[in-house]
Amino acid sequence: MAGAKEIRTQIKSIKSTQKITRAMEMVSTSKMRSAQARMQAARPYAEKIRQVISHLALANPEYKHPFLQPRTTERRVGYIVVSSDRGLAGGLNTNLFRQIAAAAAKDRQAGLELDIVAIGNKAIQFFKRFGGNVVAQTSHLGDTPHLTDLIGTIKVMLDAYREERIDRLVLCYNRFVNTMTQAPTLEQVLPLPAAQVIDRKHSWDYLYEPSSPEVLDQLLTRYVESLVYQAVVENVASEHAARMVAMKAASDNAGNLIDELQLAYNKARQAAITKELSEIVGGAAAV
Amino acid sequence: MAMTMQLDIVSAETSLFSGKVEFIAARATGGEIGILPRHTPLLAQLQPGEIRVKVEGGEEQFFYVSGGILEVQPDGVTVLADTAVRAKDLDEAAAQAAKQRAEEALKNRSSDLDYAKAQAELAAAVAQLRAIQNLRKALGR
Repeated sequence: MAGAKEIRTQIKSIKSTQKITRAMEMVSTSKMRSAQARMQAARPYAEKIRQVISHLALANPEYKHPFLQPRTTERRVGYIVVSSDRGLAGGLNTNLFRQIAAAAAKDRQAGLELDIVAIGNKAIQFFKRFGGNVVAQTSHLGDTPHLTDLIGTIKVMLDAYREERIDRLVLCYNRFVNTMTQAPTLEQVLPLPAAQVIDRKHSWDYLYEPSSPEVLDQLLTRYVESLVYQAVVENVASEHAARMVAMKAASDNAGNLIDELQLAYNKARQAAITKELSEIVGGAAAV
Repeated sequence: MAMTMQLDIVSAETSLFSGKVEFIAARATGGEIGILPRHTPLLAQLQPGEIRVKVEGGEEQFFYVSGGILEVQPDGVTVLADTAVRAKDLDEAAAQAAKQRAEEALKNRSSDLDYAKAQAELAAAVAQLRAIQNLRKALGR
């Protein structure tokens, strides 16, 4: 019965693992729903501010903001990398980091240096190994990230861009496509890609209060902040979706394993019984 | 019937108001501004304070914003509200904090920053209080 006993303890341990993975799956499912709701809630602001900026591009103010001007020479590139704080989310962070590593290698080949802002524990750990100049970092934003917690890290990069310490800013995060798909995304934030021109019916400009440079500066800063916030919120949703899928797979695998082991256990048990019986019969015949 | 315009008040984290209004009053950097339908296009910075809105039908509503941008377009008004009080010193402090985390060397914050923070918080609290008072008055009537 030694074999059967071992199998039984193994089944027990797998069952307890399955309980954990199943619980994590359910937790992620509910967290993903609220993360999706936050994603939806953040959308109106992003849409409105994009509208205002495209209006501005049409209104053609005399003042040209540095965020809108492409630089002729690039020396340094800034990366804002959004990741999750915790693992056990399948290949979510790994896929993103792989893309970043590829992009970074390309930039390095072109003679560019990298400045990095890391958001989330996994990104901080990754860049510790990968190398790169991490100029700012933040982590433990939790499941309800707030813009207030991001302002500092974003400002570091915006200041660097204003002072021409970086010439391009890229935002890296996992875009939430749907529950099954999260797309690692590298998006250029600065200089802002030119807004698509909608046919203008008549020429006009805003009244500015207090002045167009100040308003525009605030507007564009808020725009970049909202982009990063959106990225963080999407990343949270992606994290939970990825974890949900990973944990579901783990629970299913554990189920299969248990089935197999159960079969092996039954066989071993039956074999032991048969053996014992034949021994008894053999013994009786001998007497 | 009075003329109305579309008003949307949104912050980065959520949408606060969306509907038809007759009149809007807000605190811009240059002082209080009032907006009626058919206002000329305007882009104004807002100060921490309340936004007074007369919704369709004449009822008044108050919203507290801690700064932001107000945009007037021929087809409507948009308020892009900040989620928190933004003072330059405070932003600077946040940026410094993020840098420090990266450097993993937490220095003591200077008392100047604490003072700026306290001042900004006080301004926000006063504005919030005023908004609440107005709200009470409006409800009392």
